[in-house]
Amino acid sequence: MNPLHLPWVELAIGATIVGSASVTRIREANFAHRCALGFTSLSLLCTLLAWLAFYLDTPPDLLARHSLQARLFGSQPLRLDALNAPLLPSVALLHFLTALATPRTHMRRYSFSWSLAAEAVRLAAFSCQQPWGLVCLLTVATAPPYVELLHGRRPIGVYVLHMSIFAALLILGWGAIDSAENTASVRAQCGSVLLMAAILVRCGAIPFHCWVTDWFEHASLGIAILQLVPLSGVYAAVRLALPVAPDWILRGIGLVSLATAVYAAGMACVQRDSRRFYAFLFLSHASLVLVGLELQTLLSMTASLCLWLSVILSLGGFGLALRAIEARFGRLTLVNYHGLYGHSPTLAVCFLLTGLGCVGFPFTIGFISTELLVDSAVVASPMIGCAVLIATALNGIAVVRAYLLLFTGARHISTVSLEISPRERISVLALAALVLAGGLFPQPGVSSRTLAAEQILATRQK
Amino acid sequence: MSNVGQMLFLLGLLVVGSPLLMTCVSGISSLVGYRLSEETTTRLGFWAVVCGLLASVAILLIMLVGGSRHVAIELGHWAEIPHLYHFSVKFVFDRLSVPFVILSFVLSGTIGAFASRYMHREPGFNRFFSLYSIFVLGMVVAALAGTIETLFAGWELVGLSSALLVSFYQERSAPPRNGLWIWTVYRVSDAALLLAAVVMHHLIGEGDLGLLLGSGVWPEEYPKLASDEALLVGLLLLVAAAGKSGLVPFSGWLPRAMEGPTPSSAVFYGALSVHLGAFLLLRVSPLLELSTSLSAAVVILGLVTAIFAHFVGSVQTDIKSALSFASLTQVGVIVAEIGLGFHYLPLIHLLGHACLRTLQFVRAPSLLQDYGTLENAIGKLPDVGERHVRPTGMGRFRIWLYRWSLERGLLDSLLREYVASPFVRVLRACDRMERRWTDLLSGRGPQERDRVQPHFGEIEELT
Repeated sequence: MNPLHLPWVELAIGATIVGSASVTRIREANFAHRCALGFTSLSLLCTLLAWLAFYLDTPPDLLARHSLQARLFGSQPLRLDALNAPLLPSVALLHFLTALATPRTHMRRYSFSWSLAAEAVRLAAFSCQQPWGLVCLLTVATAPPYVELLHGRRPIGVYVLHMSIFAALLILGWGAIDSAENTASVRAQCGSVLLMAAILVRCGAIPFHCWVTDWFEHASLGIAILQLVPLSGVYAAVRLALPVAPDWILRGIGLVSLATAVYAAGMACVQRDSRRFYAFLFLSHASLVLVGLELQTLLSMTASLCLWLSVILSLGGFGLALRAIEARFGRLTLVNYHGLYGHSPTLAVCFLLTGLGCVGFPFTIGFISTELLVDSAVVASPMIGCAVLIATALNGIAVVRAYLLLFTGARHISTVSLEISPRERISVLALAALVLAGGLFPQPGVSSRTLAAEQILATRQK
Repeated sequence: MSNVGQMLFLLGLLVVGSPLLMTCVSGISSLVGYRLSEETTTRLGFWAVVCGLLASVAILLIMLVGGSRHVAIELGHWAEIPHLYHFSVKFVFDRLSVPFVILSFVLSGTIGAFASRYMHREPGFNRFFSLYSIFVLGMVVAALAGTIETLFAGWELVGLSSALLVSFYQERSAPPRNGLWIWTVYRVSDAALLLAAVVMHHLIGEGDLGLLLGSGVWPEEYPKLASDEALLVGLLLLVAAAGKSGLVPFSGWLPRAMEGPTPSSAVFYGALSVHLGAFLLLRVSPLLELSTSLSAAVVILGLVTAIFAHFVGSVQTDIKSALSFASLTQVGVIVAEIGLGFHYLPLIHLLGHACLRTLQFVRAPSLLQDYGTLENAIGKLPDVGERHVRPTGMGRFRIWLYRWSLERGLLDSLLREYVASPFVRVLRACDRMERRWTDLLSGRGPQERDRVQPHFGEIEELT
């Protein structure tokens, strides 16, 4: 039997579920960390094999032969296509590297069990192609962060309010669309409006973005990165809204996202807190991805999907670098110069590299996607093109400002070594290497995203 | 491909490949935390520059012998979506790019050799040379770029390395502050260039500068654009050039750039980087001939910058600032020459000026030492003649002009007061409102989060 014919997606999800159940019984933090690392690396390996099987064009009936889903549901709601094939390993990689880079100081606070459970839900959501299944998974995915906030005795009001609204709108919206006779009916249109609102809340578009900044301030940074950076809201937009929503709804999402991209980029430039800065940087990029999707051209959609991958890798790496800084120096303000370069030059270089990667600096993964996005935006409207350019320029300023404030401008004196630890070094360097490799050899990524964009557009035309 | 063609292709690759290799080695060693010795770093820089220089001189000789005026080296599409988009990597050797790339190698090599002694045993020796290698790569890519996307890539590399070199002395707060200012101006310039690239794509279907500038070889090119199209692209490129070369109203960044080490000031802001905007205008100079308004705008901007820089430079009290404004005066004149329709005159002016200014910058620190030695030897200040400004007899205009020049034309203040400050104030107000809103929703006291302080408690557990 060819090992690629095994249902690797299910095995990846299964590994994390088993891991979550096993790790929850372990009380010793170091051992829990090692076990969690084992399960999440196993999950990463499975997603990579699933991706390989997909790109080798393994026939679906061969994959279905050993699938548990096929026996349980008679179909395979969790499977790969051109859109999610690279997303799944990216999400698994982010989980693995976040677990790997978790410093010992955080191990007692960081719940590996919940992290694995969240990974299982996230992998399931990103592989799910059945709308109601996706609605359920996206709703369930809001629970682990809530539990994390509750355990940490942090304020939950803002998160609960926004996620309740999101879940309600999502269920009502899709319910209305699903029960409508056709997509042109009033019920379907109302459903689309509700769905659009749900997506905007989940992606943190203005004026629903406050939960993202608030959550980044209160949650563990690692959990926050894992929950938000994969852009589940964008996935919902592609799977649920794009195939059925009328043009005016998509234009509405696009306009709100454009305003968010510029506003959040501007806010990132003036932040005085490193976590709020990261939150706004994330919001701006998430919105830029949505802008490209809503323009509905092959070029814009390819740009958007490329940017999506770039956000996961570069913004993920940027977040991990920030997390490593916090592990040494605590929450840092962006008011004074901290001068941390001398303690860990590697961390400084990776911070800058991943930051520049997400803002589209040449020879990094974001470069071609930004070029494509600006190109397609200018075709749609010069004003949209200018707005996208302003957002990317402001994001670039924000990243370099944060770098200069954190790593230069002063001499930080410490009696102990604050050098980056080997595990953190591996994590951050792995993502930095991917950011550079994606920038130096962009064509494979562009080709695969073009294929995915063609499929999305074909679904919409049907 | 003929033998000569193959040789030119290989030499072209060597021109771009040698600084690329230097950047990769120094970048990867920085990334993985491996510290190269000073000797290795210096040798790496030396051989990269020498190889690049020899290859470019060889290309020049082959072109002269063969009578060729235009050699294009196409490396294919870096990224492509069939029928929709392609990002071509193309390098062009012609009468403009070959002198400029040779100049870049000569001056970079000189400064590299100078810096290996000037920066000896500095804590940031390797960091300096990493940024230096990125700069050299950026200059070479920008000089040889045959497509505007390639030009943009080089342009950005030059911008980032320049901003980081300004903040090189990172234990003080002034260098990073000035570095951020320069980076901000460069981002405006980059945005204009990227927009120009996109507009070009839509006007001619590609970003190829050769296609934009039509048939013929530089400077005898005949663009096929209409006058208003040329005006649009040209104005965007003019904004990009103004940001990069420190033309009015962006001139404020030039003296700020002097915070960096002297070698970087010499090669970047005195000689190469500051001329990159003028080089861009020279590259698209055939476009200027299509639009009188565009040419007039270029001439006016150049002259205004030259006059401004002359007055401001006359009252500077430190040698590096005085030299930087003197440099800007000449850049303004070069830009005006380009606007007036000259091609070879501004090119020769640019080459000569870059060499002279590098010499002056490099001489500046030792000149001060020589003066000190002279003072010690003769036991008093050397007689430099009557140079003090006499307040008596000055008209009000002269006093105003003196103050205005001393304040560097208030350009920085104007940008800060009317652009940066309103932007920050409005967004900070939004930030406060957002915080109040989330505090209200979560039922916390106001600004609870602001009491979160850095902690240094559990560091020992890290390793």
